[in-house]
Amino acid sequence: MIIAVASGKGGTGKTTLAVNLALSLNNVQLLDCDVEEPNAHIFLKPCIEKVQKVFIPVPEIDEKKCTYCGKCREVCAYNAFAVVPPQQNRKGSILVFTNLCHGCGACSFFCPHQAITEVNKEIGIIEAGYCGSIQFVHGKLNVGEAMAPPVIRKVKDYIDPNKTVIIDAPPGTSCPVVSSMKGSDFCLLVTEPTPFGLNDLVLAVEVVRKLKIPFGVVINRSDLGDNKTEEYCAKENISVLMRIPFQKKIAQAYARGISIVEKIPEYRNKFLQLFEDIKETKLK
Amino acid sequence: MKICITAQGDNLDADVDPRFGRCQYFIIVDTETLEFEAVSNPNIDSSGGAGIQSGQLIAKKQVSTILTGNVGPNAFSTLKAVGVEVITGVSGKIKDAIEKYKSNGFQTTKGPSVDSHFGTS
Repeated sequence: MIIAVASGKGGTGKTTLAVNLALSLNNVQLLDCDVEEPNAHIFLKPCIEKVQKVFIPVPEIDEKKCTYCGKCREVCAYNAFAVVPPQQNRKGSILVFTNLCHGCGACSFFCPHQAITEVNKEIGIIEAGYCGSIQFVHGKLNVGEAMAPPVIRKVKDYIDPNKTVIIDAPPGTSCPVVSSMKGSDFCLLVTEPTPFGLNDLVLAVEVVRKLKIPFGVVINRSDLGDNKTEEYCAKENISVLMRIPFQKKIAQAYARGISIVEKIPEYRNKFLQLFEDIKETKLK
Repeated sequence: MKICITAQGDNLDADVDPRFGRCQYFIIVDTETLEFEAVSNPNIDSSGGAGIQSGQLIAKKQVSTILTGNVGPNAFSTLKAVGVEVITGVSGKIKDAIEKYKSNGFQTTKGPSVDSHFGTS
């Protein structure tokens, strides 16, 4: 079973949930898909055994063959080209903005003059290893790159269908989140009972409903803030699968890179119960 | 001489739009006769590369200069490639900006004034 841990709002406790669930279960993989700032490794301290580069194909222009016809700009869905046709006293020019390129290959396919070849551009790396019996994989997008989904897809290539797979998704509701969640059997939405937490939870619920993924909510720091999140879940018939109260002990451990189950071992049973509840909610 | 000004409306009484790539309208105006054309910007909702496309759009109109609030890095590279002079930091009414331009009240901008996606709402 593949469980994605997502949130909408950042800083609600996605990684805390993902890491503690992984530490409580057997035969498990943890895939940190927050490739813009992965942090699960801080808590799991895995032994990295394999490092792999991630490339996307980007266009390279042979200006000897280019006639500045503008076909590439026309077919590019991501606006990665600027083409300036030649004028009386100035030769034409073509600009490629590779940081907007998604590597779809349309430009080289449609170029009528075979002036475009695709060259590999490194956009990040994948690191894989183990933390005890937990198989650990995360991606790191290079600083300055904008295209997270190709790195996320490479992390997800490691999915082993014979294991329980826990995906730590990035915050928000945009492409990287959708790429991370897609294909999951269940989605845990972690939130906090604050107006910001609720606002972004509502957005995240819209996304998982659109993707038709069964889901449930975990309320972190559940004894702070207000009651509006509980009211919203009740109204929308959304299961609240776990409530983690605010505890100084948990926060202190977190600040030192220590998981909840390591600091408070009784919590292991709560995460095991959460896993059982996920299986039950999924069947509903 | 034809110049372009980014505008929030389709006439000379409108305010300057502080965004370049995602402005509401491009007002293409002849500074001598004040004859103008208002071009509705098709790139407002583009997910990325709005500045690049807007730069090419106004290049087709063969303007010498663009007056706007801010220009991002991709738009700036594009405008440089198409040979359009960039003036940023412009605000107020379109007609007042034209007058100020005619009396040499602006200085050319040498680089992008904001980061990518500045005008994304």
